[in-house]
Amino acid sequence: MKINWFKYAAPSTFYPLAGKIIPFFAWSALLLIVGGLYWGFFQTPELLSDQKQYYRILYVHVGSAWMSMWLYIVLVAWALIGLVFNTRLSYMMAMATAPTGAIFTFLTLWTGAFWGKTSWGTYWDWDPRMTTELILLFLYVGYMALQSAIDDTRRSDKASALLALVGLVLIPVIFWSVNCPDPNQCAALHQQSSMSNIEPNIRIAWLVTAVGFWMFSFMVILMRVRNIILDRDQHTSWVQGLDEVRK
Amino acid sequence: MSVAEFFSMGGFGYYVWMSMGMALLMMLSEIFVLKSQRKSMLKQVARVIRMEKNR
Repeated sequence: MKINWFKYAAPSTFYPLAGKIIPFFAWSALLLIVGGLYWGFFQTPELLSDQKQYYRILYVHVGSAWMSMWLYIVLVAWALIGLVFNTRLSYMMAMATAPTGAIFTFLTLWTGAFWGKTSWGTYWDWDPRMTTELILLFLYVGYMALQSAIDDTRRSDKASALLALVGLVLIPVIFWSVNCPDPNQCAALHQQSSMSNIEPNIRIAWLVTAVGFWMFSFMVILMRVRNIILDRDQHTSWVQGLDEVRK
Repeated sequence: MSVAEFFSMGGFGYYVWMSMGMALLMMLSEIFVLKSQRKSMLKQVARVIRMEKNR
C-alpha cells in the first residue's frame, strides 16, 4: 500500500486528522503521568526513606530534561523539512513545537534548582550542564521572538527555521556536558546520567512519566498547530466552512 | 505512612512539592491557554466571514 504523505501535508486534511487523534494522546498522557508518579511515590517507600525523599524531584526532572532536548530536535526536523520541501504545514509544526519545548526547558531548570539545593546545597551554579540548558531556553525564546518579529509569514518561517538549525549545535554539547568520555575532564556538579545502575522501581517511575510527558507534548503541539492553521488559513473557504465556526 | 508524613517527604516537602506543583501548574496552564486561544480563533474566523459578506 502506498500512502501519499503529501496529502497530509495540506492543512485542510491535517486539521481534522489532528483533531481526531488529540484525545488519544490526552488520555495516554494522563494515564502514564499519573501511573508513573503513583509508582514513584507509593511503590518506593523503603528505597527512599528518610534523607532520600528528595529523589522524587527527579521523576519530573528527568522527563522534562529529555523532552527539552528531544523537542528541539523535532523542531529542527520540521524546520528542515520546511526549508527543503517548502511545505507550509512543516513550518507550522516547528512553530507549534517551540513553546512546549520552552516550557519543558524551564521545568528542567526549575526542578533542577530544587534538586540542586537539596543535593549540592545550591539552587544555581554555572556548571556546564546547567549553563547549556539555560542557553537552550534562550534559543527557544529567540526562535519564538524571531518568528513573531517578522510580519511576512514566509519570511518569518524561513528566518526562524535557519536560526533553529544553527542552534542545533547546542544539543550534543548539552548531552556530552555530563556524559563526556573521560569524567576527569569535565568538572561538572551535575551527576552523570546513569540509567543502568538506578534502582528498577525508580527507573520505571522515570521512564513511564517521561513517556507520559512525550504524549502530553503530542497533545499540546497538535492543539497548538490547529490554532495556527485556523489563524493562517482564516480567509480560506475550508476554514470558513468548518462546523465549529459559528456563522 | 500518615498523610502528614507523606507531605513532609522526610523534611524535603518544600523542594519536592515546589517541583511537582510547578510542573502541574505549567502543564495545566498550557492546556488552558490553548483552549482559550482556540475559542478566540474561532470567533476571529466568524468575524472574518461577516466582514467578507458585508463587502
